[in-house]
Amino acid sequence: MSWQKFQRALAPYLFIAPFFMGYAVFWGYPVVNGFWTSLHSEQFDPGGRQWIGFDNYRDLVSDDRFHHALVNTTQYALGSIFVIVPTALVIALALNIAWLRFRGGFRMAFLLPNVVSAAVIAIMFVLVLDRNYGVINTYLVEPLGMEPIDWLGSPSWAMPSLILLGLWRYVGINSLYFLVGLQNIPTELYEAAALDGAGRWRMFRDITLPLLRPVMLFVVTVAIIGSYRLFAEPHILFGGTGPNDSALTVMTYLYIMAFQSVRFGYAAAIGYTLVVIIAILSILQLRVFGAFRED
Amino acid sequence: MDAQPQVDTTRHPDAQRSTAVGRTQRLGIPELGLRSVIYIALIAGLVATATPFVWTALASFKTNSDIFRAPVTFIPRVWTIDNYTNLVSGETVPFVRQFVNSCIVTVGQTGLAVFIACLAGFGFAKYEFVGKRILFVLTLITLMIPFEVTIVPLFNLMVEIGWLNTYQSVIVPGAINAFGVFLMRQTMLAVPDELLDAGRVDGATEFRLFWQVALPLVRGGVAVLALLSFLNAWNDYLWPLIALRSPEMFTLPIGLATLSGLYRVEWGMIMSGAVLTTLPVLIVFYLTRNYLISGLTAGALKG
Repeated sequence: MSWQKFQRALAPYLFIAPFFMGYAVFWGYPVVNGFWTSLHSEQFDPGGRQWIGFDNYRDLVSDDRFHHALVNTTQYALGSIFVIVPTALVIALALNIAWLRFRGGFRMAFLLPNVVSAAVIAIMFVLVLDRNYGVINTYLVEPLGMEPIDWLGSPSWAMPSLILLGLWRYVGINSLYFLVGLQNIPTELYEAAALDGAGRWRMFRDITLPLLRPVMLFVVTVAIIGSYRLFAEPHILFGGTGPNDSALTVMTYLYIMAFQSVRFGYAAAIGYTLVVIIAILSILQLRVFGAFRED
Repeated sequence: MDAQPQVDTTRHPDAQRSTAVGRTQRLGIPELGLRSVIYIALIAGLVATATPFVWTALASFKTNSDIFRAPVTFIPRVWTIDNYTNLVSGETVPFVRQFVNSCIVTVGQTGLAVFIACLAGFGFAKYEFVGKRILFVLTLITLMIPFEVTIVPLFNLMVEIGWLNTYQSVIVPGAINAFGVFLMRQTMLAVPDELLDAGRVDGATEFRLFWQVALPLVRGGVAVLALLSFLNAWNDYLWPLIALRSPEMFTLPIGLATLSGLYRVEWGMIMSGAVLTTLPVLIVFYLTRNYLISGLTAGALKG
């Protein structure tokens, strides 16, 4: 084999080597090690770190605080799917209208909150949502004649506050996804439907929605995964877990267990449970969208 | 008028594009009403999007007593730049140091992430080799597993190799970006094989083909990845919060969150920190908006 042939055969491995070396050390090893850790007791337990099988997972199943975190996070996920995603779709439909002016400007403006750090946004929202001196209560809630809402201090408003923040932050990027999907729908379909006398609603239901399915699948998947990873916003907005743990999310719980209680095994078990939950939800919704495809 | 059937172009927005000019005068009242409603709704959305930013920016020029005084006002009663001078003076937090930290981490992580992803993307796109499929699938699986599952073992790893509280503890794990590899593979597919073969005939090494033939051709894709990496690195919170342990090593989001946690009274100063942290992002966002949009939608298009 000539030198040139040899280096050509070797080249692809050298090209991918830096990535896979990093991947093995900073991704593969932690993923395997995390599972191993989750099957062990803690360093400070009587007897030290020992093999305990799936005990951490069993404890998790009966851990009320974990249930609470799961319920809160699921509330946020439902908020994402049923508040943020539909709002984004409506905005995308509006931005897709042919006679609309300043389309680019609107699109950029709505996207703006998405490029700013979640941490900075959470800090901004501490003031925005303040009960007495916040902009929302002062300029929106009170002028409507309602009592000022204790966004950050009342347990029942904690998750709605986070969903509101999520709406503000993620509606732009999601409407951008939908807009790309809408612009990929061939105009001829609408023209043909108009010839058949179809109205706006029928076109939306029979053309737009079905053809938007792939984008919808993507948007909902990202929304679900993002929801279950929620951390920076509650951690900063509530300076912890909120009144009565009302802003406790799965990730905040993992963080607390790992870096405040130093229960690495238990925290690793939370991490793996999270992966399983996300995997199940992803498969479920592939099924849901797949079912649509049948008709 | 010719015999072609006349499509009711007011029905579908897109169908109108060609005839929109001169149509305004002929709009009926309901159509005008609908248009007004849509504009008003979009402008309301615009106001809602802008308000927290404007509120924060203006609050950063207020005194603390002004921020927490009824009735609440947008415009500062007394304009002051004390918040900024206090923040930058470093008496409360080493803000300038944290700004520099953020720059180091962001530049390092972006550079490394882009270089690694370009190399791997080129390898995957332009060569056939044993194990290619399985390795690419492995890369894609990474996209499915949330990063969070690795934080506990990754933290322990950092402790073991003595990287805790160093720049590399944030830079290196963050530079292993499977999405970047995927993106660059798709981008590198566009590089024509003929061009590479021509280079081989001239005796160029494979790395030179990558560096001098392929890379210049995919500058746009590289820019998109660099931009996304920049945003990730500059804005990241969870991992730097775990890996960086002392205020002198914090990046801006961590420093700012700590400031807001410890000094819940100094809101003027916190807001000025929020402004200074956001400003670089906004400038980059404005300058690169078109690249950014194509980058952000790259995932959706392929999904």
